[in-house]
Amino acid sequence: MKGWILAFVQAGLLVFGAPFLAGWVKWVKCKLQSRQGPPPWQPYRDLLRLFNKEVVVAESASPIFRIAPYILFSITVLAGSVVPMVATGLPTSAIADVIVLVGFLALGRFFLALAGMDVGTAFGGMGSSREVTIASLAEPAMLMGVFTLAMTVHSTNLAGMIGYLLTHPFQLYPSFVFAAMGLMLVAVAETGRIPIDNPATHLELTMVHEAMILEYSGRHLALMEWGAMLKLMVYGVLLSNLFCPWGVAVDYAPWTLLIGLAAITGKLLVLGTALAVAESGLAKMRLFRVPQYLALAFILCLLGMLSHVILEVS
Amino acid sequence: MSLNLACLAVAAALASGLLPALFGRSTAAVRTVAFGLLGLSGLSGVLGGGGALLGGVTVTRVLPVGLPWLHSHLRIDPLSGFFLLVVGLVTLVAAVYGPAYVREYEKGPQPLLPLTLFTGLFVAGMELVMLAADAFSFMIAWELMSVTSYFLVAYQHQHESHRRAAFLYLLMAQAGGLFILLGFGVLAGFGGSFDFASMAAAKLSSGWATVAFLLAFVGFGMKAGVVPLHAWLPQAHPVAPSHVSALMSGVMLKVAVYGFIRFVYDLLGGPHWQWGGLALFVGSASAILGVLYALMQHDLKRLLAYHSVENIGIIYMGLGLSMIFAGTGHPQLAALGLIAALYHCLNHALFKSLLFFGAGVVLQQSGEHDLEKMGGLIRRMPVTATCFLIGCISISALPPFNGFVSEWLTFQAALQGTVLKSGVLAALIPVAAAVLALTGALAAACFVKVFGVGFLGLARSGRSAAATETSRGPQLGQALLAVLCLLFGVLPTWTVGHLETVARQFFPGGMPEATAHGWLWLTPISPRVASYGAPLVLFGIGLAWLLAWLWLHPRRRKMPVRIGPAWDCGFGPLNARMQYTATAFSMPIRRIFRPVWPIREECRPASAAEPGGRYELRVGDWAWLKLYQPLGRLVLATARRLALIQGGNIRAYLAYSFFTLLFLLLVVSL
Repeated sequence: MKGWILAFVQAGLLVFGAPFLAGWVKWVKCKLQSRQGPPPWQPYRDLLRLFNKEVVVAESASPIFRIAPYILFSITVLAGSVVPMVATGLPTSAIADVIVLVGFLALGRFFLALAGMDVGTAFGGMGSSREVTIASLAEPAMLMGVFTLAMTVHSTNLAGMIGYLLTHPFQLYPSFVFAAMGLMLVAVAETGRIPIDNPATHLELTMVHEAMILEYSGRHLALMEWGAMLKLMVYGVLLSNLFCPWGVAVDYAPWTLLIGLAAITGKLLVLGTALAVAESGLAKMRLFRVPQYLALAFILCLLGMLSHVILEVS
Repeated sequence: MSLNLACLAVAAALASGLLPALFGRSTAAVRTVAFGLLGLSGLSGVLGGGGALLGGVTVTRVLPVGLPWLHSHLRIDPLSGFFLLVVGLVTLVAAVYGPAYVREYEKGPQPLLPLTLFTGLFVAGMELVMLAADAFSFMIAWELMSVTSYFLVAYQHQHESHRRAAFLYLLMAQAGGLFILLGFGVLAGFGGSFDFASMAAAKLSSGWATVAFLLAFVGFGMKAGVVPLHAWLPQAHPVAPSHVSALMSGVMLKVAVYGFIRFVYDLLGGPHWQWGGLALFVGSASAILGVLYALMQHDLKRLLAYHSVENIGIIYMGLGLSMIFAGTGHPQLAALGLIAALYHCLNHALFKSLLFFGAGVVLQQSGEHDLEKMGGLIRRMPVTATCFLIGCISISALPPFNGFVSEWLTFQAALQGTVLKSGVLAALIPVAAAVLALTGALAAACFVKVFGVGFLGLARSGRSAAATETSRGPQLGQALLAVLCLLFGVLPTWTVGHLETVARQFFPGGMPEATAHGWLWLTPISPRVASYGAPLVLFGIGLAWLLAWLWLHPRRRKMPVRIGPAWDCGFGPLNARMQYTATAFSMPIRRIFRPVWPIREECRPASAAEPGGRYELRVGDWAWLKLYQPLGRLVLATARRLALIQGGNIRAYLAYSFFTLLFLLLVVSL
């Protein structure tokens, strides 16, 4: 029972912490570019404002348009709740292994892309087409990276993976280094950050995610935006806890839980800063360079898998 | 009991074909009798197959018909019971769907009678294949299935393309049948008899076993439509009436998979890992090429037919993994691969039939089969659209629907590749898994295209703007399948528990861990390695939705949704031609995977005749250009050479007879 309560609390932390991470990245980016910038808690204000605004739905919209924000949000919350953030071994993490997690995100994206096509404007279709193209290239790279880890730890359960790394003495696996690089590239692509997509853009011809949600307003838009922030958070937690699991609580003592919370906060802030630095230094790619970028991610993960088979299997 | 029910299923299907001939005058009577008996056949197939599967029993019977020295053997065991269940299920739903659907054909140039006649015989043939326990009965049932389905493909023979597709189909079916016959011949040569029991007992040398395997692989693969033998499939399946397309794509391909499993696992016994490697490679190629070709199709039914190639590829990947593990001495993992493949057979039968039914309704109600002319159908046919959406989610392998479970099991089987001694295999199997991931993601992209272009947005033609919802029967048929898609996705542990009965037939150890942790958890190897709690996933989505709704509902009452015009950038009203088309939607993928298709793209500037200019895009199929056409030319050229001996001169013919006689005498005297 204690485990379930903790799991709920952890899911709540992830859901309500996600806007802060997005705000933090934006704030660091502004500082790097010598701008004043909104404070890191600005996304909370934005979401609250959107929740209180009126919803306008296009005449040509079907019910898909209205349920898509709810599906996207709830499926991303579910994805977040199975990721061990503060503590590992919680009962929710057995619901889904990492392949199911990828499936959750894919389901959310499926409805997001449908919502983009629903109203029948050109931008929505453009965004959906680009989104599914990028996703279909990112998914194999992502799973390849995950398989590489799974081969070492003999598990695809996230709790199992993190638990294995915590209980075994530290060892620098070459396969992990490759997989970490590959997965980081995938995470940037999947969360729609520069150089793949620009979350701040409103130039119609270059945008992907923003083009799909162009027709949304009010609380629907808030759920969509919050879903995107959650996705960034999920990838952040996943990357930091898979490759740097130290600090994650393995029991439910208050002290270890506090350490776990501090550790994940620190890791996410560092990761967010790194993302902001990368985003400030890079320019957005044109769409047809993206396959090369994702091919690089796939090759890195493949190299990781090969180095596991060649070097690490005893 | 289960064998009796199975025989009843065959008899009812035969009666459904033959009895309506008695009341040929009244189409209403033909419909009622034919589909009523077809439904009975499906129901007894489900009960008989289910009985054999749940009971785990094997019943054999010898009928005093057939060849003088070989009576007809019938047998039902868990494997054939499972496939009979699949056939029966789809037949039953087709019988619910069909009566209202075929009404369209009553106004057409063809009489209804041939359609019901050949549908009944076709279903009887498929059910008989499952029961046959000797090569002779098997081939008779197989040919009954092939030949009757030829007439169904050729049903609307006033269209030239239908006639061509049907002829190609017949040709490929006969060629495939020949390979299967030769495969049985090898086994019978060693076993001494044509009944399956003595074939299974035959001791084959490794070389001959491989020869028999290859013959069966080509023969059954041709029917199943694996790359590069698939080119007939997307031509033949779409042109049949939609409920027959559903039976052909959803079920007949599974009959081929059944034949393959029966041949390799049962009759040949002990598969070699090299065979598994071949099946895995061909399966991966079919999966990825099938989905890429499907992405470029805009004819809805043809697109679905290409997706059948993809799904057969996924099934073959599961079988290939199973054979690799079986050949290297890991029976538990081999059982896992086999169960993944069987599960996908069931799933594909459900969602592919559902999608074909949906496509049939769209075709009937709007008259459009081209995606580029559809649009906005969800507002005019909400039930069909909802069921179609469920089919789309299932086939895209997204949780918590059924397609996801079988792909997840295939991934789990592939991830166990590390237990293999051979480093090459251990490195190649994850690559195959990555191909599977790419396939799944591309399938999702394809079905976003199908649903987004076909059912969402604005209507692209007057006929699709005027479409209406279909009548009760087709709605009920689709809803049944949609519910089954969800059920088999949410209750995987129960399903796997029963599929394990089939796996135990070949791998007695089975997969004990998979279902050992209660109905909530599916744990193929052990809970530490991987677990999936499908019911909890559904519950979790519901809970998160409920919380979001409770949070938002007060606001919703305070501020209702306002309906306004869509954002048009201030340029005036939007029209349907401003939307993304299916071609435009798949363009980035076409550009990225450019060499996969033979593409002819032509862009002509505006002229007097064509004031808007003209853009033409043709996407072909390499298998057609590089395998089928050269083979066809070779056959024609050979025939032309051979025709030389037919001079029409009676003396030459007499000379042929004379020299043949001499040659035979020489042979006899030696």
